[in-house]
Parts: sequence; structure tokens; C-alpha cells
Amino acid sequence: MAEEPILFLQSVSKRFGAVEALTDVDFEVRPGEVMALVGDNGAGKSTLIKGIAGIYPFDGGQMFWEGKPVKIHGPRDVAPLGIEIVYQDLALADNLDVVANMFLGRERISSFRRLNEAEMEKECSETLKSLSVTTVRSVRQAVAELSGGQRQAIAVAKAVMWNSKVVILDEPTAALGVAQTRQVLDLVRRLADRGLGVVIISHNLHDVFEVADRITVLRLGRRVAVLKSSETNQQEVVHAITAGKLDTVPGMVVQ
Amino acid sequence: MSTATDQPVAVDDITPSRSVSEQARLRWQRIRAGDVGSLPIILGVLVLVVIFQILNQNFLTPRNFVNLVVQMAGITTIAIGVVFVLLLGEIDLSIGYVSAVAAVFMTLRLRPPGGWPWPLAVATALAVVCLIGIGQGLIITRFKLPSFVVTLAGLMVWNGVVLLMIGGGGTVVIQDKTIIGLANYFLPKAMGWLVVIGGVVLFAIGRIQSWRSNRTQGVTTSPLIFMVATIFVVALAGAAVVYVANQDRGVPFVGIFLIVLLVGFTFLAERTRFGRYVYAIGGNAEAARRAGINVSRIRVYVFMISSLMAGMGGIVLSSRLRSVDTAAGGGDLLLNSIAAAVIGGTSLFGGSGRVISAFLGALVIATVNNGMGLLGLSAGVKFVITGLVLLTAVLVDAITRQGRQQSGLA
Ligand SMILES: Nc1ncnc2c1ncn2[C@@H]1O[C@H](COP(=O)(O)OP(=O)(O)OP(=O)(O)O)[C@@H](O)[C@H]1O
Ligand SMILES: [Mg+2]
Repeated sequence: MAEEPILFLQSVSKRFGAVEALTDVDFEVRPGEVMALVGDNGAGKSTLIKGIAGIYPFDGGQMFWEGKPVKIHGPRDVAPLGIEIVYQDLALADNLDVVANMFLGRERISSFRRLNEAEMEKECSETLKSLSVTTVRSVRQAVAELSGGQRQAIAVAKAVMWNSKVVILDEPTAALGVAQTRQVLDLVRRLADRGLGVVIISHNLHDVFEVADRITVLRLGRRVAVLKSSETNQQEVVHAITAGKLDTVPGMVVQ
Repeated sequence: MSTATDQPVAVDDITPSRSVSEQARLRWQRIRAGDVGSLPIILGVLVLVVIFQILNQNFLTPRNFVNLVVQMAGITTIAIGVVFVLLLGEIDLSIGYVSAVAAVFMTLRLRPPGGWPWPLAVATALAVVCLIGIGQGLIITRFKLPSFVVTLAGLMVWNGVVLLMIGGGGTVVIQDKTIIGLANYFLPKAMGWLVVIGGVVLFAIGRIQSWRSNRTQGVTTSPLIFMVATIFVVALAGAAVVYVANQDRGVPFVGIFLIVLLVGFTFLAERTRFGRYVYAIGGNAEAARRAGINVSRIRVYVFMISSLMAGMGGIVLSSRLRSVDTAAGGGDLLLNSIAAAVIGGTSLFGGSGRVISAFLGALVIATVNNGMGLLGLSAGVKFVITGLVLLTAVLVDAITRQGRQQSGLA
């Protein structure tokens, strides 16, 4: 695992009116590692991700990409760096089919500025196959016709298709059944093994410990801990998330 | 899923070319699930035609058929722009008077002495309405105002501008032969045949090429027989139209104009990035934004297209009347144009619809107007019937959509 972070945020802040969603948060992910981002509801996890994604600007702080300071002005600046994001509220257009969604904003063009549907369909099928997404009946189905798990799979596959260097997943397994959760976690691990930096937000500590190398804990918009998952346990993480108010959560493995 | 009866199959199990029976089964499944496409409206037109023919023997004559094409031309042109605006989930109420701005501007520039040559007059008029559309689009996107309000203001402003431009003149006559010919020229009989044969050949070549390239790239295609059947049906329909029109004055030039618009804008909507983005924004604007699409720019372009098509439609309408007057762009033009797109099957909520719905909807409205006119019914009856047709169209859409939702197809 490389020591230099590929993505590094230095004391970023974000306010929504009276709500201080992020306060001086440092955050980093290195190539080849899975960095989990945990925290209670409203801790600021999605806000952090959306700031990176250029959905809205941070109010303060600095973002570094491969060691150099970068300024993100909008969603369009992010993909060229090599950052792909799968949102909690899946960013899919229901009225378009799977292929159109996978290539949205990056359509292939053939002669006369025509969409190259054949090439896109083929590549889409190949990507889904390589990720073992086998439950989608036809890539020409509208996304509205898919189940929640299938939609999630499409959203993850979309992020993976673009040879990115960092993939960020906001609760990718929240709506999934056992088998599909397994597949997504395997997929996450495979991405990191290929040398990508992966950020995964999850409320499921079991999933987090299964897949993450390190864990960043947010509480009320502040970073309260960065832990190596091999050197900590669920109890310690719960403690950090809840400021010691809870020692266990249902289903937790207590050592 | 509508296909719940089948086991899900892996993506790699899909055969490159579906068999005829599978394709037919898929089609039928979708129809049963309520995905009926243009079927109801085509049935609706047939019903209207039968009713009018029973009531008046003059309805189904070559002469009236040719009239119908000329009558629907203006609304069809304007409604094509409406389809794009509705696809975004927006509305443009200014199109009626924007169409009049183009027509009046052009007519005044053509007026002798010192009249401009027609290409210059038309190009400037269309450039002016494009600027109007860009302006309205910029106001809507920059200040995040509802398009309803901004274009309502536009409706009033452009109505005023039309009155100011015409002044006390009342009616301004168009004398330019070419402009009058737009809606009043009929192709010589042999020419009509030549054009339709050329069109069908081009259509067939396009279809065959895309089928073959899909085939070689190993992408799912419909069976060969379906493609051949489509080409056959198009050829037959084209031949029938030319044959009937040639019994009367011949194929109206404006009919060719409509087909070109239809093909061109269908291409724009369904085969280009721009069109893809319009659908994406209508379906989920936030998803489009996150995909890096410049949503505001696409919106502005769409309002420009809306004004441009309104302007073209206005010129077609003025050509048909051979003049413009202070009533230009008023009356039921705006509502008929929006109704045409909606009757044709374009949703008001964005993300769903096709360019051909402008054509089909305008056909329905023109048929009703034409039939009522032959029967000598009053304007009041005409409005009531058109309103009921619109209501029926959206009801059919709502009911079939429920069917789609229940079967998970929505
Ligand atoms: N667009 C917004 N406008 C106003 N306040 C917002 C906005 N987005 C987030 N917030 C507020 O910022 C805080 C952090 O929200 P955020 O969505 O980042 O939490 P989260 O950690 O992702 O929570 P969850 O686990 O529920 O997804 C919350 O108090 C939330 O109400
Ligand atoms: Mg969240």
C-alpha cells in the first residue's frame, strides 16, 4: 500500500444556513486502500462526498489530488481527475435504459455525431459481465424497471467502467440482500486490489470491518478518529461514533 | 418486472438477434402491460376519419386529404418545438406570438419597394426568434424562474411587439412567390413519385445499414423480417399518399417540408448526445447534473429550438394565408400546438415523448377542425370536441401508465 494519499482534504468546512455540516475535517485515501467513512445520521458523510464531487463547494479548506492542490468548480471537474462517485440517492435517470445511464455524459459518438449505440451496448454488457452482474435481463431495459439491488449494481458498475483512480460509494449495500451485498463487497475489495483508492460509507460495521483497511469516524461534522481496522474493534468504533453514549449496537460482535 | 414469468438470464446469454417469436412475444407483453406507444392515437385518427366520412361524403376525398396536410403544417412545426420543451418538463407559452413575430418581421422585410430577397428575410426572422428563445431560456435558467411565468410574460410582450410592428396597417400582404409557394406549391405528379421513391430508398438503406452494423458488433437486434416489414409498410404508405395526392393537385411541398423536419428532429432527439441529455434532464435533472451535463445550456438550447420552430411554423401559417395581420399568433394557436404534442403522447412531466407525437397530435387536431368545418359546425362545437379529444388522449395515457406501473414497466 502506498503511503502518499492520492486524495487529501485539509480542514474542509461546510455550512447550510445555521447547520454546520462539516467543521475543519481532514480526510484522505491512499491508492490500493479501502477507506471507510462512518458516523451517525447527519454526521456529515454525504456532505463530505458531495463537496468532493463538486455538487456544492466547501466553504473553507483545501483539496489535494496526487499531492497537488486542486479546485473543484462543479461536477464536470471531478471525473477528469479520476474520481467516480456512487450516490446514496442513486443518480440514475429512470426513463433511460441501462446503457444510456452507464454512459450518461460520456456517450460514444460515431460518424455524423450519431450516438454509437452498438459500441456502448457492447461495452456495457461486457462491464456488467466482468463484474458478475448477471441479474439484469437486458441492458436495453429502462432503469425504472429494475429492482433496488439491480439499480445499485448498475450505479457501481457505472463508476467502475471509467478506469478511475478513486471510487467513492455512499452506502452501496444499504438496500441490498445478502447475496448482492456480498457481491458489492467483493467488488470493492477487487477495486482496491487493482490499486484504486476506495471510499465506502456504511452504517453496517460488520461490512466495514470486512472490507475496509482504515476507518474515518465523523461526529456532528467533526472528524473524531482515524483507525486501522486491523488494530481496532467494533466497540471502539461505536464509541467514537456515539461519543461513548453507547458501547454496543444490535448485532455487534463484542470481543 | 413484466417478465416475471421468466427466470432472469445473464447478460451474456442474450442472443444477438432475437427470434421472430421472441420479438413478437416481447412486443405483445409490452402492449398488454400498457406500453402501447402510438397505437391509441392511430386508432383514434381512424375512428375520427370513419365518423366524419359517415357524416359527410366529402371528407375522404383526395382534395380534402391534400387540404388536411396543408392545414396541419403550421401546428406540426410549432409542436415539434413544444415536444422538446415538454421533454424537459418545462412549458413555453410564448410560442404563439413568437411565431407571429417571425412571420410579421419576414413579411415587412419582404415588402416592396426595397424588399429583401426571401432567403435573407427568412434567415433574419428566424435569427430574431432564436435570440428571443435564448433570451427567455437565459432568464429562466439564470434566475431559476419557472418557465411558465417567464414565457407568460413573453406571450404578452411579443403580442404587443406584433401589434407595434404591424401598426395601423391592419393586414400586410405577402407577394414573394417563393414564400407563398411554401404552403401553396404542389409537386408535379412525376416529381411526387420521384421524391417518395428517393425517400423510401434512403430509409431502407439507413435501416439495413444500422441492422447490419448492430449484427456485426454482436448487439441485440430485432429479427430481419421485422426490418423488412417496416420498410415495406413505409414504402406502401408513401406510395398511397402520393397516389391519392396526385388525384388532386399533387403532393404539397409543405408535406415534404414536414417529413424533413420530422426526420431531422427525431434524429436530434434520439440519435445525438443533445437529445440524450434532454431526456436525461427530463427524467432526473440532478442525475444529469452529476453526470457532468451542462443542464442550463441544454435548457437554453431547448427554448431556442422552441422559438425557432414557432418562427418556422409562423412563416408556414402566413404563407398559407398569403398575409399577416394583427390577429397573427393569437386565437387557439398556442393551445392547439401544446395540445398537439400532448395528444400525440408527450408527457407534461418530462422525460417521455417523441418528436412524432407532434405530427400525430397535429393530425388529430387538423382532422377534427377539417371535419367540423366540412359539417359546417360552429367554432363553439369545434372547441368542445377538440377539448374532449385532448381529455381522452391524456386519460388513455394515464390509464395505460397505471397498467405499466402495476407491471413494473412505468
Ligand atoms: N442540502 C442541504 N441543505 C441543508 N442542510 C443540509 C443539506 N444537506 C445536508 N444538510 C445537513 O447537514 C448535516 C449532514 O448531513 P449529511 O447528509 O451529510 O449526513 P450523513 O452523514 O450523510 O447522514 P446519513 O447517514 O443519514 O446519510 C445534516 O444536519 C443535514 O441536515
Ligand atoms: Mg448520507
